[in-house]
Amino acid sequence: MIVPLGRIAHTRSGDKGDMCNIGVIAFKPEHYPVILRAVTPARVKEFFGDLVRGRVERFELPNLGAINLLLHESLGGGGTVSLHVDAQGKTYGAALLGLEIEVD
Amino acid sequence: MIRIANGQGFWGDWLEAPVRLVDQGPIDFLVLDYLAEITMSILQKQKEEDPNLGYARDFPPLIGRLAHKLRDRGIRVVANAGGVNPTACAQAVLKAAPGLKVAVVHGDDVYSRIDDFLAKGYELRDMDTGEPISTIRKQILSANAYIGAFPLAEALDTGADVVIAGRSTDTALTLGPMVHKFKWKPDDWDKLAAGTIAGHIIECGAQCSGGNCQVDWANIPDMADVGYPIVEAEADGSFTVTKHSGTGGRVHSDTVKEQLLYELGDPRRYITPDCIADFTSIQLSDSAPDRVRVTGITGGPRPPTLKLSISYTNGWKAIGTLVYSWPQALGKARAADSIVRARLAALGLSYEEIYTEFFGVNACQGAAAPPNPDPPEVQLRIGVRGQDRKAVDRFTRELIPLVLNGPPGATGFGDGRPPVREIVAYWSALLPREEINTRVEVIS
Repeated sequence: MIVPLGRIAHTRSGDKGDMCNIGVIAFKPEHYPVILRAVTPARVKEFFGDLVRGRVERFELPNLGAINLLLHESLGGGGTVSLHVDAQGKTYGAALLGLEIEVD
Repeated sequence: MIRIANGQGFWGDWLEAPVRLVDQGPIDFLVLDYLAEITMSILQKQKEEDPNLGYARDFPPLIGRLAHKLRDRGIRVVANAGGVNPTACAQAVLKAAPGLKVAVVHGDDVYSRIDDFLAKGYELRDMDTGEPISTIRKQILSANAYIGAFPLAEALDTGADVVIAGRSTDTALTLGPMVHKFKWKPDDWDKLAAGTIAGHIIECGAQCSGGNCQVDWANIPDMADVGYPIVEAEADGSFTVTKHSGTGGRVHSDTVKEQLLYELGDPRRYITPDCIADFTSIQLSDSAPDRVRVTGITGGPRPPTLKLSISYTNGWKAIGTLVYSWPQALGKARAADSIVRARLAALGLSYEEIYTEFFGVNACQGAAAPPNPDPPEVQLRIGVRGQDRKAVDRFTRELIPLVLNGPPGATGFGDGRPPVREIVAYWSALLPREEINTRVEVIS
């Protein structure tokens, strides 16, 4: 079954310079492996399209049932340089809730 | 056990929060985080215009308002309100609250030492781009070293009621009182990591107690009286995150997890001046309503370097908007964007970047936004930036004419031409920590 990521996880995003980070947190422990399988750096980069000019890194925090995604060169230069309305990537985490994933 | 509360997540956060933390229940330490990277450059400019400024001006009147209660209840304050002028900040605090003992932490401000560092052979390469700082030497506005919790603890050791620092790290404000109270040593890495993570959880104020929380957001109670976070810290490094009973908001493992992930890099290496904390060691449990117990945290030795926060001027920018309405709102906004770009090109003007967003369609989330093919209204938002101020200024005159000489139905130009703003950019570099010697001064 295909569902949006927001069905099994919540997120929070923020900035570090021109890099946005998105924390993806499973609602339940059994959802964590699904997130690991479905929310890959390649899929995240594709999902954001032109917005992410650099690479996407992923770190795992199994103790929190969470992953941390780093979206390099994704904020138009970042902070005060950026011309983006969301220069801090505050809404990127919410956007990712729409990523379509397959669950059993 | 000591109770450490955060009443300010940034300069501009809710003015009532620290007052309510003092009024609505017991706390031992009130910590206030005023400094973002950009703030230091603003404060540096203010100090150049008036040598008595350059600090968070909201802070002295707040302490004046709270002084009697702080003394009556034995609550002590730790804040990085000093900015680039902690001495002037301390004097303003004493004026607003005579009788309080104030300690100031000096030594983070290295603005006057940049050439000295260059002469010693430190290239201060940008941590993102790898470029040496000599490329922007003349544009530097401010330079500060992030300092850790031990100078803050030393300041508390003097018995001061209020500790004022400049560019201390956000997390050190919370860790400092723990080091002071529990006499933790510089090699108590696990405990220092625990206190650092406690600081990370509360450093953004209510963002861990119901604010900006996605989970069940519409049902989080009484956000108008949201309780700001309190850490109940134990000497062994374990702690509980909570808020005053009867306040609004929510403290739950969901809200705490969201904040733990906020602005995080490599979770195994959260680097501070005091230790390297491992976020993969954190164990959370919901021990009672609005109480999250945090245990198990481990960390490693502090790094041999300190991070410098340097601000510098880097050109000019302006962002202008126009609103187009249905029908074909998006098509009209796209056409207007093409016209502006063609007119700028015809004038021979070039920029480092021209960036267009269609507000109501894709401005926040770009390609990731759900499709919205026929929106009833769209705000065209065009920004330019470059080193030539005149070119940026000329751009600001190209939007309003479109109301008469562009696609039909443009409005929303009531604010006139957009302002041209100087860009203050941010540079981070590493410096051997021996170069930074902090000093505590008691003023009363």
